[in-house]
Amino acid sequence: KMAAATMSPYFGQQMSSKNDLVPAWTSQEVSTGTTIMALEYDGGVVIGADSRTTTGAYIANRVTDKLTPIHDRIFCCRSGSAADTQAIADVVTYQLGFHSIELDEPPLVETAANLFRASCYRYREELTAGILVAGWDRRKGGQVYCVPIGGMLVRQPVSVGGSGSSYIYGFMDSNYKPNMTKDQCLELTAAAVSLAMERDGSSGGVVRLASISKDGVERRVILGNQLPKYSTH
Amino acid sequence: MEKRSVDSRVRGVSTGTTILAATFDGGVVIGSDSRASIGGEYVSSKTINKVVQVHDQIFCCMAGSLADAQAVTKAAKFHLSFHSVQMETPPLVIAAASVLQELCYNNKEELQAGFITAGWDRKKGPQVYVVPLGGMLVGQPVTIGGSGSTYIYGYVDAKYKPNMSREECLQFATNALALAMGRDNVSGGVAHLVVITETGVEHVVVPGNKLPKFHNE
Repeated sequence: KMAAATMSPYFGQQMSSKNDLVPAWTSQEVSTGTTIMALEYDGGVVIGADSRTTTGAYIANRVTDKLTPIHDRIFCCRSGSAADTQAIADVVTYQLGFHSIELDEPPLVETAANLFRASCYRYREELTAGILVAGWDRRKGGQVYCVPIGGMLVRQPVSVGGSGSSYIYGFMDSNYKPNMTKDQCLELTAAAVSLAMERDGSSGGVVRLASISKDGVERRVILGNQLPKYSTH
Repeated sequence: MEKRSVDSRVRGVSTGTTILAATFDGGVVIGSDSRASIGGEYVSSKTINKVVQVHDQIFCCMAGSLADAQAVTKAAKFHLSFHSVQMETPPLVIAAASVLQELCYNNKEELQAGFITAGWDRKKGPQVYVVPLGGMLVGQPVTIGGSGSTYIYGYVDAKYKPNMSREECLQFATNALALAMGRDNVSGGVAHLVVITETGVEHVVVPGNKLPKFHNE
């Protein structure tokens, strides 16, 4: 399934087109083959993503927003099938909103993460969704939870996801240090996502960043010409 | 014999290894891990050396099917030494790379092997060439290959600078190999590095416990 959505070789896509007058991508599933990232810092979290959505070789949306709000201080980063992740995010937003009203309190990030996990695990055969849940709550501060394909749940101080993430594991392992400040986290996220965008064909466009803390959510965008430049390209 | 998987997007053939080569001011560093595995489940050798000397100051790293790579380097060594005797001069690095390219391109249907060639010659100094699966030949200041290389593209892009010093380049290569070995289960063991300059060749072996450790490990 993953193969159908994002990883099929180019030649395979051409062969499966039934009609030569119509390009192959018109019959391909929309995918957010992507690069997403989330880091915890003392007091909140920083999340980042690229902005490319593809249907096969066509970029359906080059300014996608993959950082989706689930609640006031909880976001999710989506990778995998665009349809699947949007549907799951909508369901969780509803469930979490309801739960929060019942509790009469802002919900916990761990609750949101568990709701994602419940859907992703129950329907793991049908879904292709890799999600990072990040946010701030009063009990545990900034938290990042990773819900990859298959529906596992694990909390990590830093997590990367999507097809572009493979290229930046080395960079993240060497550059991440515990107890970074918010600005250091933003810089690291921007650098890592742009490195991945340069190497992964399914990632590109602009870098979207957000930081979430008890004071709220701050969003920013780094455009193509403002991205850091490297000597190898 | 490593399990192979074809990825026809950017990376070429994935194989159970991490190899790299980088030029610095006055020379080149070429290196690899030392693991040979069967299908990612069994490590058949913990200490294999994938950096092969094809001439006095020219080395190759192999990736892909170990059998194919060894057969090709054996043939290349022969061709190169013959060529060098005929020309009465040490071969150029690009000559070594071209020999590999010819073998890989002409036998592209049967072979599953890719190479990184690095060395020093009098004409152009330190150079790195890569001959991936189909038999293309491209010269680059720095290049990485093998299954473990996917995880260090970001690191290499961010950290490599042209004209580093020898020590900086050696540290960069060791770090890159260590990071890749930390994430790729079919790369591991020791880091074999060879530093080639005008004056000669130096082998550096960094055992597993002396490799740099990074936070997430």
